[in-house]
Amino acid sequence: MRAPLSWLREYVDLPAGETGRDVAAKLIAAGLEVETVDQLGAGLSGPLVVGKVLAIEELTEFKKPIRYCQVDVGQANGTGEPQNIVCGARNFAVGDKVVVVLPGAVLPGNFAISARRTYGKLSEGMICSAAELGMGEDHDGIIVLPPEYEPGTDAVELLQLVDEVLDIAVTPDRGYCLSLRGVAREAATAYGLPLRDPALLDVTAPGEYGPAVEVADREGCDRFVARAVTGVRPEARSPIWLQRRLQKAGMRPISLAVDVTNYVMLELGQPLHAYDRARVEGAIGVRRAAPGEKIVTLDGVTRVLDAEDLVIADDAGPIGLAGVMGGASTEIADAEAAAPGSGAAEGTREVVIEAAHFDPVAIARTARRHRLSSEASRRFERGVDPEAAAAAAQRAVDLLVLLAGATAEAGVTEVRGRTAPRTVTLPADHPDRVAGVSYGRETVVRRLQQIGCDVTGTDELTVTVPSWRPDLTDPNDLAEEVVRLEGYENLPATLPRPPAGRGLTDRQRLHRRVGRALAGAGFVEAPNYPFVGDAVWDRLGLPADDARRRTARLLNPLSDEEPALRTTLLPGLLAALRRNDGRGSQGPQGGVALFETGLVFRPTGRERPAERLGVDARPDEAALAAQDAALPGQPRRVAAVLAGAREQAGWWGAARPAQWADAVEAARVVAREAGVRLEAAGDQYAPWHPGRCAALYADVDGERTLVGHAGELHPRVTKALQVPPRTCAMELELDVLERAAGGAVQAPRVSTFPVATQDVALVVDAAVPAADVEAALREGAGDLLESLRLFDVFTGEQLGAGRKSLAYALRFRAAERTLTAEEATAAREAAVAAAVSRTGAELRG
Amino acid sequence: MSAPNKSYDPVEVEALKPEAIERARDTALAAIAAADGLDALREVKAAHAGDRSPLALANREIGALPPHAKADAGKRVGAARGAVNKALAARQEELEAERDERVLVEEAVDVTLPYDRVPAGARHPLTTLMERIEDVFVAMGYEVAEGPEVETEWFNFDALNIGPDHPARSTQDTFFVAEPRAAAPGGQGGRKGEPAPGSGLVLRTHTSPVQARALLDREPPVYVVCPGRVFRSDELDATHTPVFHQVELLAVDEGLTMADLKGTLDHMVRELFGADMRTRLRPSYFPFTEPSAEMDMVCYVCRGASVGDAARPCRTCSSEGWIELGGCGMVNPRVLTACGVDPDKYSGFAFGFGIERMLMFRHNVEDMRDMVEGDVRFTRPFGTEI
Repeated sequence: MRAPLSWLREYVDLPAGETGRDVAAKLIAAGLEVETVDQLGAGLSGPLVVGKVLAIEELTEFKKPIRYCQVDVGQANGTGEPQNIVCGARNFAVGDKVVVVLPGAVLPGNFAISARRTYGKLSEGMICSAAELGMGEDHDGIIVLPPEYEPGTDAVELLQLVDEVLDIAVTPDRGYCLSLRGVAREAATAYGLPLRDPALLDVTAPGEYGPAVEVADREGCDRFVARAVTGVRPEARSPIWLQRRLQKAGMRPISLAVDVTNYVMLELGQPLHAYDRARVEGAIGVRRAAPGEKIVTLDGVTRVLDAEDLVIADDAGPIGLAGVMGGASTEIADAEAAAPGSGAAEGTREVVIEAAHFDPVAIARTARRHRLSSEASRRFERGVDPEAAAAAAQRAVDLLVLLAGATAEAGVTEVRGRTAPRTVTLPADHPDRVAGVSYGRETVVRRLQQIGCDVTGTDELTVTVPSWRPDLTDPNDLAEEVVRLEGYENLPATLPRPPAGRGLTDRQRLHRRVGRALAGAGFVEAPNYPFVGDAVWDRLGLPADDARRRTARLLNPLSDEEPALRTTLLPGLLAALRRNDGRGSQGPQGGVALFETGLVFRPTGRERPAERLGVDARPDEAALAAQDAALPGQPRRVAAVLAGAREQAGWWGAARPAQWADAVEAARVVAREAGVRLEAAGDQYAPWHPGRCAALYADVDGERTLVGHAGELHPRVTKALQVPPRTCAMELELDVLERAAGGAVQAPRVSTFPVATQDVALVVDAAVPAADVEAALREGAGDLLESLRLFDVFTGEQLGAGRKSLAYALRFRAAERTLTAEEATAAREAAVAAAVSRTGAELRG
Repeated sequence: MSAPNKSYDPVEVEALKPEAIERARDTALAAIAAADGLDALREVKAAHAGDRSPLALANREIGALPPHAKADAGKRVGAARGAVNKALAARQEELEAERDERVLVEEAVDVTLPYDRVPAGARHPLTTLMERIEDVFVAMGYEVAEGPEVETEWFNFDALNIGPDHPARSTQDTFFVAEPRAAAPGGQGGRKGEPAPGSGLVLRTHTSPVQARALLDREPPVYVVCPGRVFRSDELDATHTPVFHQVELLAVDEGLTMADLKGTLDHMVRELFGADMRTRLRPSYFPFTEPSAEMDMVCYVCRGASVGDAARPCRTCSSEGWIELGGCGMVNPRVLTACGVDPDKYSGFAFGFGIERMLMFRHNVEDMRDMVEGDVRFTRPFGTEI
């Protein structure tokens, strides 16, 4: 809502020196979001005067036609002689009154005017357009004024060029502030000044002989006032003051009748519609549309109506989308604009004014359904004062009588639905308890009265809310009114005393540790959007029946390329890797190592649509469980990707490229934070390299459970995703890891007796997993084994093809004595024996 | 070793003459002093203090002396050998020190060499900033609550007093999730802008549904902070992102007031931005709070100094002196009712704000895209805590 300060002052006697910014500050404190204060005509200084065009000489020797004019500017130029002015515009004639800026003046935008030679003539000033005067960008050509103004009259004053306009973003609860009346009411309250309510005017009482109206849908329309005027002079134009107020409020002057309805809407907040009575057939009705009915709205669009749409209709069919936009068939015809020969060439002479009140929900739905948000629909959606309808119709009639020479018909039609003033009861100290401030009953009552409420009662207040405040329905709504008028800035600051807290949960602490551990291992966190497209599954090489292809999908994705939600973190993370690699973010010869933790979305396909539950009480447990059952699974995962050098080259030596083992180690870093030992097993699982992929398992309540995968990506995948060759990745389900997490660590007994170290080299078939050999060694070695470590893996001709040698260092130690060499050797031999029998290992000589 | 020779004339034992002993001692001391390295000293030691050194040989002769002469000769030889050994030890120490010094000099390195073998990792500043905010409230006794990102419309809207016709539910802002049956692999999503056919699911547009879940899960008093990712269908540009983060706070207890809300906000900005920070409330409207307010904090960058000072404009607050943080208010009693909390007994306050925006002004981030693209150059400097 754009509220010119000059207009506001018409209803409130604001202090004379008060600037727009001052008023804005007061309104902001009272809860209006004043976004800007526009300074109209800032920097403008005259002389800027009315001129009368005395003569026009057409100069034809230039590229475009130029006019050399003599203009009477009265005594404004000090001489009374005609002013010679060169002008490029052509929309004026000899005898027209125009706006002339004289040398010495400055126009908005710091545009200084001086006499200068142009097109071979001396031009002593300029004939002005609306744009040059900062009046709006809509009009082409220069301004032609109505004839009644004398040459030399100050045009700054005449055109109301200097003003301040408050631009207010009106929140949905304050529909009444979509009018000068509403903003003025807030300003009056903020300044503690009386309001001259523009809706308080002499309204002709409803009678029998008004325009015929049939409201078939009283739910959709609980108030319909219709008035008629006759004898409208088609040539009558909106006066400058009216046009200027519309412009300042952000609307474009169109024709007198339309301008009047817009003006009254801005003034009182009541959207009006004007019909050309000659074009309405029979009674004006309000009803729901028949399915498939059509209407051409004022914007020239043919709209197919829905059975829910509320329409205004005459005997011939819909003539307006109620509360949203009028129809073309009964549009007011402007004599000037009407094409010659068309039936409406003379323009509209009889006008029916509609001032109605419609159901906000119906209007909102229709506006949304037809994607047609109008000044009217915005107001109806947010709530219009039904009690102002009659006054608004009266005001429009009065203005048409005054400005168009029209005659008001005596008959007034008013259809009223069942409406009664609404009351809210609340304890008198309710605002005090909401705010934490002792306002006292007297203040509460005074503040409620200030916003237009009637208040009765002592300890328990019965508050009748004003008709323009449909948002005031609950005690807290009234509390807010009191608190805001008393000033949010005057609220004290206190701290509540919550019960002793439990801190972060184990799960939350784990998530933090995982992030820190991965960062500590050189990974950089890169959270990604969860949007994916099907193409990425192909690039990842997922089989057609892979569960990860079953996605939750968006109805209105930002991009049709990515309409689904991720089922794995890898697509986003690999895209981030590609981005870093493409930008060279990793530095020369460096590598990229990224990680992400976040939810993935795993629908089963068996989810039932979520029902809309009631809000009047807590839903029962079954209903709440059904809500959760409607959701796809949303487990939390962690993934890491790495490519290029895991260790960079430097003065210390060569680079070590990232390899499958780094991905597995990243998974183990994560698992370690959960206190979980991961068991690896070779696997073939897209998008990993079939020979370099580890499935990682953990013990969950005694069951070996898959936690995720790690390894090097399939070469086709790295190519398809355009990430570096040999990119490695791991992904784990944190929720599973969390369930695998053991209890408190049991402290080991640390023996201080000497250690006995024994090395063994075992030759096994290349296909035998080292993990199996290790497990056999451990089991065979028994309790004396303190630690075991694989320190070398060797393949070579002397071993034979398909064989490998694994070299282990075994450390034996007893808790309470020094081991003898014989004991250590016996344990080692037992370990080897177990490996031999279980893995086919041979002891290497 | 020779046995005492009683017939031998001690006077004739040349090696035990005082002059001979002194000479042997002096020769040894000179050789020790002249030894210029540990190897040379080892040779000197062998020559002058070894078994075959003159003084050792002299010592052997003492037994041959008559008893009356033994003590005297023994004292002389012992003194000489002591002096030599002492000198040897001193020289040994000296030379070792010299050697050590030399070796340490040789082993010196250029300690300014860079060592970036494995470059440092980092956590994303949005994550760590959220954690920091959580910690402020956890220290006050709040719990951290989380919820799903795909949420039912009832939780995201209805339970929060956002009725079916509220403009916030339009496709302009909300990502709607298709019905599962339409979501078969390879199935098509709906066209842009079409109304939802009623899976009843959305990508949550705010963290507020976690409020409702927290109230349904717990008995009051409830004090929770809800961080999380939220979604609105805006295109990514320098100041917008369709996926962003919020932290939401909810307190429901007996007798909570707007003053408590104000005090809690003041505490938060002081903890996050410094002891001289404070907040301002402006009346506003949200369906889930009543009364509602916008909350501003003193501009973190100019601290209000740019207001009215055209010479020092502040880009962060547009020289307004205040930065808008987010929305807040007293929990609308209708929300309490929908979640089974008696609004006559309990009241509550809630607030929510965007983390991206806070990160932008707290750390001078100029472009939203830097926060979403995962470029390691952006993230690395933030380390693991913020």
